[in-house]
Amino acid sequence: MPFSAQLPASGERYALSASLDNARHLSSLLRAVHFQDYATCLATASGLRVTVEDAKCIQANAFIQAEIFQEFSVQEESVMFRISLSVLLDCLTIFGSSSLPGTSTALRMCYRGYGYPLMLFLEEGGVVTVCKINTQEPEELLDFDFCSTKVVNKIILQSEGLREAFAELDMTSEVLQITMSPDKPYFRLSTFGNAGSAHLDYPRDSDLMEAFHCNQTQTNRYKISLLKPSTKALALSCKVSIRTDAQGFLSLQYMIRNEDGQICFVEYYCCPDEDITEAEL
Amino acid sequence: MKCVIAGGNVKVLGRAVHSLSRIGDELYLEPTESGLSFRAVNSSRSAFASFLFAPLFFQLYEPGSAGPDTELFRCKVHMKSFLGIFRSLPSLEKSVGKCLILLKPRASRLVLQLHCKYGVTKTHNLAFQECERLQAVFDTQSCASRLCAPARLLAEAVVHFPLTLAEVTLGAGPGGKISLRNYVEDEAELSKTMVTELWLAEEEFQSVAVAPGSHITFCLKEFRGLLSFAEASNLPLTIHFDEPGRPVIFTLDDTVLEVHLVLATLSDAESSSQSPSTNGVSHLPAPSDDFADDLESYMAAIETSEGCSEGPPSPTFSLHIPRPAKSKPEEEEEEEEEEEEEEEGAVPGTPPHKRFRSLFFGSVMTPGRPGPATTQEVLAEDSDGES
Repeated sequence: MPFSAQLPASGERYALSASLDNARHLSSLLRAVHFQDYATCLATASGLRVTVEDAKCIQANAFIQAEIFQEFSVQEESVMFRISLSVLLDCLTIFGSSSLPGTSTALRMCYRGYGYPLMLFLEEGGVVTVCKINTQEPEELLDFDFCSTKVVNKIILQSEGLREAFAELDMTSEVLQITMSPDKPYFRLSTFGNAGSAHLDYPRDSDLMEAFHCNQTQTNRYKISLLKPSTKALALSCKVSIRTDAQGFLSLQYMIRNEDGQICFVEYYCCPDEDITEAEL
Repeated sequence: MKCVIAGGNVKVLGRAVHSLSRIGDELYLEPTESGLSFRAVNSSRSAFASFLFAPLFFQLYEPGSAGPDTELFRCKVHMKSFLGIFRSLPSLEKSVGKCLILLKPRASRLVLQLHCKYGVTKTHNLAFQECERLQAVFDTQSCASRLCAPARLLAEAVVHFPLTLAEVTLGAGPGGKISLRNYVEDEAELSKTMVTELWLAEEEFQSVAVAPGSHITFCLKEFRGLLSFAEASNLPLTIHFDEPGRPVIFTLDDTVLEVHLVLATLSDAESSSQSPSTNGVSHLPAPSDDFADDLESYMAAIETSEGCSEGPPSPTFSLHIPRPAKSKPEEEEEEEEEEEEEEEGAVPGTPPHKRFRSLFFGSVMTPGRPGPATTQEVLAEDSDGES
């Protein structure tokens, strides 16, 4: 049965309909924010944003621009629903997550509107799978109010330089302390674990440093357990932008290049940890 | 103590730490005038390893200054935290240009600083514990048999044994051939177990001087750890051994590096029943049932045995206690507790000490039972085994 026969009749109206040649472009980005079961999806004319939150302290957003899709249409100004990210990922990779070279899973995605399931039509090698995933009432999302005008310090690093650092993080430490400063140590990651403390210093003239705009010395602590999930995005990314605002809120923007050379972004926002003991600064 | 290790040597140190991590949970660092020594002992004290890096190994080596009657400061750190720094050997080789090790007794920190690619600096401030000197008493000269082989030969022989195999028997056969076979504990199980036996020709070895018919059984895990170090460093491995029950000593020698691995060997059921005195080991009293009370006298015993190390060597590991100005009674107590636990044999992965005479406990003295005790032999079986 040809793929087109499975498609919904053109007469029906969908709040959101999109098609994608290679479902992996979507699934790999979703995996970069998959640290909680449920995600909130927001579709606008510019693309799809998938948001995952935890403990009211961390928010991850995966942005998939409309250009990534071969077809992307939103009938209303915005369409929003909550969905199980685990189920969505399972469906997207129903033909296997590591496809053989030369084969790819094509995807068509439709959502009729509030109260309807999200429908996925997946095709690989002439086999079609239809998935209907129930959607839920969207929950209110955190507003970190993190705008570029309020940014105090900003560093852009090649991801390679952070990957090893995150892989070796001393997980017995409760926090990861980030120091950004116009003077030495410029950019420092510190942990305070059972075995002692560890500091990782990046000089500003390092080849890893793509941009260094630090205006004042800031030392903030973030729960290591909250930041650890961002390793998934880090692993896929080529560059990362690290920004903090005056209150110490952290933004990590990961630039991810897919197999076709298209660029997408995954962003993590994290609240600082409140109690900093002066002695350990 | 301060030292700087450059480039490729960082990886050598990393590999040494990996090898030591197969032995114990704590890493002993001992700066001496003749180099920096890294040591480990397993919890049942049946395995001991030491890596001595000569001052030439380092770009800079300052062991620190010792007072007229104090010794150089030494310490032990958690193996896990130290190993964590050297975990990824490929990335060490790829990215680390220089490693600085600083022992700061005043700040109570052991500082390890790695200078990596792109100007990145990793600084680890590790907590440490002051400790006594860890020293196994052994004498390679008195061993009846000696084998020297390229590490590759032994590594390639050992791969044939399953990873789960605990012990292996090395034997000297006719015509200078050397055999390696997996050790099967239970005779009854022999019919159910696959036995792998390898014969290596004399020509494969660099030198063979073994007592014909001799054989020893020792733990494979620690040996594998040393082999992978030796193979990567391309150094020949020398095996010194004696009769079953006496420790086997593996050595690697290089101009800048001296490695010793001492393992307990399984004592032969027959030979041990004959006469333990043939071992000619130190004439210390036999162990008693309750170890807890014995530590003090045991410590004394160790010092004695250290003193007369010119004589017949004791196959005992001893914590040599120099007793400088500040001896730490708490630490000894700790040690005592530790040993008590060890006596329980609760540590997984270590050989049951019923069979392996613990090299360490063999020389524990009995307090409150003085006098005639001296007539007893050291290497009597654990009293628990009698019934």
